[in-house]
Amino acid sequence: MAERNMIGAINGTLDQLLAEDARVMVFGEDVGKNGGVFRATEHLQERHGDDRVFDTPLAESGILGMAIGMAVGGLKPIAEIQFMGFLYPGLDQLMSHAGRMAARTQGQVNVPLVVRVPFGGGIRAPEQHADSIEAVLVHTPGLKVVVPSTPYDAKGLLTAALDDPDPVVVMEPIRLYRLGRQEVPEERYTVPIGSARVARPGKHLTVITWGNMVAVALDAARALAEQGEADIEVLDLRSLYPLDREAIGESVNKTGRAVVLHEAPMTGGLGGEVVAAIQETAFWSLRAPVERVTGPDVPYPPYAWEDFYLPNRERLVEAVRRTLKD
Amino acid sequence: MSESWPVVEVLSGGASDVPPEVQRRLYEDMILLRTFDERAINLQRQGRIGTFPPSLGQEASEIGSAHALRRSDWVVPSYRDHGALMVHGLPLSNVVLFAMGRTPSLSSALKALPTSIPIATHLPHAVGLAVAAQKLGTDDLAMAYFGDGGTSEGDFHEALNFAGVYKAPVIFFCQNNGWAISVPRARQTASETLAQKAVAYGIAGRRVDGNDVLAVYQVVGEAAARARRGEGPTLIESLTYRLGPHTTADDPSRYRPADEYQDWKESRDPIQRMGGYLMAHGLLTAEDNQAIRQAAQDRIQAEVEAAEALAPVEPGGMFQYVFRQPPGDFATQQRRIEEAVSRG
Ligand SMILES: Cc1ncc(C[n+]2csc(CCOP(=O)(O)OP(=O)(O)O)c2C)c(N)n1
Repeated sequence: MAERNMIGAINGTLDQLLAEDARVMVFGEDVGKNGGVFRATEHLQERHGDDRVFDTPLAESGILGMAIGMAVGGLKPIAEIQFMGFLYPGLDQLMSHAGRMAARTQGQVNVPLVVRVPFGGGIRAPEQHADSIEAVLVHTPGLKVVVPSTPYDAKGLLTAALDDPDPVVVMEPIRLYRLGRQEVPEERYTVPIGSARVARPGKHLTVITWGNMVAVALDAARALAEQGEADIEVLDLRSLYPLDREAIGESVNKTGRAVVLHEAPMTGGLGGEVVAAIQETAFWSLRAPVERVTGPDVPYPPYAWEDFYLPNRERLVEAVRRTLKD
Repeated sequence: MSESWPVVEVLSGGASDVPPEVQRRLYEDMILLRTFDERAINLQRQGRIGTFPPSLGQEASEIGSAHALRRSDWVVPSYRDHGALMVHGLPLSNVVLFAMGRTPSLSSALKALPTSIPIATHLPHAVGLAVAAQKLGTDDLAMAYFGDGGTSEGDFHEALNFAGVYKAPVIFFCQNNGWAISVPRARQTASETLAQKAVAYGIAGRRVDGNDVLAVYQVVGEAAARARRGEGPTLIESLTYRLGPHTTADDPSRYRPADEYQDWKESRDPIQRMGGYLMAHGLLTAEDNQAIRQAAQDRIQAEVEAAEALAPVEPGGMFQYVFRQPPGDFATQQRRIEEAVSRG
């Protein structure tokens, strides 16, 4: 088994999926010769040919609209959108068409489409290269939304997304692309869509999070454990739609306390939905109000402010301490 | 098709009727822009600024186009258009600050929108600014800057269509620099030229040698005159070449043929061409050249120092201007972050 970082795992998975099924097509801006701006598609065009791995014109609505047609027409498209902040011209296709095609045709026309989108901050990128709009996608009926935070899950979720008969958006946390390696099996496997993962077991409080923030949560949990202060459980949701309400309930029923952590703005963020899920599944076990640690309600700022914007270990530890006090 | 879209050139012909002092100014500003870009690339390598999109090779398009405007016209730029913005009145220290991940405070006298990072979504704004000028009875215009890749986005087509319908005083200035990151112009559209896209929208289209600063100045000047006379919009395809990387984060050797690059660099450099022209017409000496370059370096040094002398940002800065009337909740969100920062 080879050790891979997340970008390597994604590249290897795409390679495998292209090799096993001639209907799989990989396309987007700069994915061909350039191998993608993050190198997720490096060498894939050389290996599988430019009729299966190809650059598109610079148009996100075109990319996703064509992908919908290709999926309906019998192919298995895996479209790349270069950054989440550039998904917006293509949102129309996801919201008006991909998400409602099956319902509108009483299941006669399905859209087995995979969209890969790098997202999130923390790498001092230029403006508008760090957005996280999972709440918008989750709020679009008919779409499934997954977010790996490990190389292993990146492969398993991408493979599951391809196998899924519905449109799936795979959000890839940019900051984790090259942060850390993990053994990733060569053979095909899936991580079921809709299942959360206990990234660290603990007794006193559950931090519920996803994507980049999983690393922050694990870091805070480690610090609190070292200081002998608390034993924190970290729940990595992995799937944002469908949400693993059972895993949320199970964990919070055990610990009795929870903090929800995400980098997107607070108001209308997915944290609110998670708090509702806690309230529905674990209300009578709660021993303190649930806190949210999130980005503030401002546009993701230019990077000089990035460290102030992004939730970090200190802010999470403070929220955990407040929640443990009650 | 391309025969019906001749490429306007001036430098290859006889003497231009552009006044000599303007010709000199165009040349000096091109050198200023090149010197700035080279300095910025250095600053990025030293970690003093973040990712930077140089306009190396596109100086004639940037400088010639902006000089053809009045200060009361609107410039609606993309991320690579600091050259045009500089001509329009933006201090270069602001460009440095921007690359340092800060929001420079734009002077309200500067008639420019912030650079658009998303491709082509700013083009309809230029139409709106032009419609505003039209309805308010001024003869100002708006000029949008974008690249060859931008012509693929839906917003490009919507903007041209609206502009045609309203006969708006707007110029769509498209710098065809050959590449959209790694995607060559030929893979962007099956159209033989970009200028011909004007036909579908019933507006004027022009092609110009984008490395010939006098030609760019002339063609944009003609389009501006048409717009001010109420004759409507123009799409200009300025044929140029990106000599640098897409940004400092890009490695063009992965996708770009070396001989294509060499050809543009050695025989079509816009600054060398204009310098040769000025010398041939007795408007420039070797000593002048030296002095222009030195003045550019001194000015840029001062602008970089001004930018780097500013105090670091405070957390409150990201809340400050989001709303003119901030919601009450902002104070709480800001305080939480400030407290964590002061304890951390
Ligand atoms: C809507 C949108 N999609 C994708 C991107 C990512 N991106 C940034 S620049 C670029 C290529 C732009 O090429 P072109 O329009 O020719 O302008 P140039 O950079 O050559 O000046 C791409 C794909 C973006 N900024 N915005």
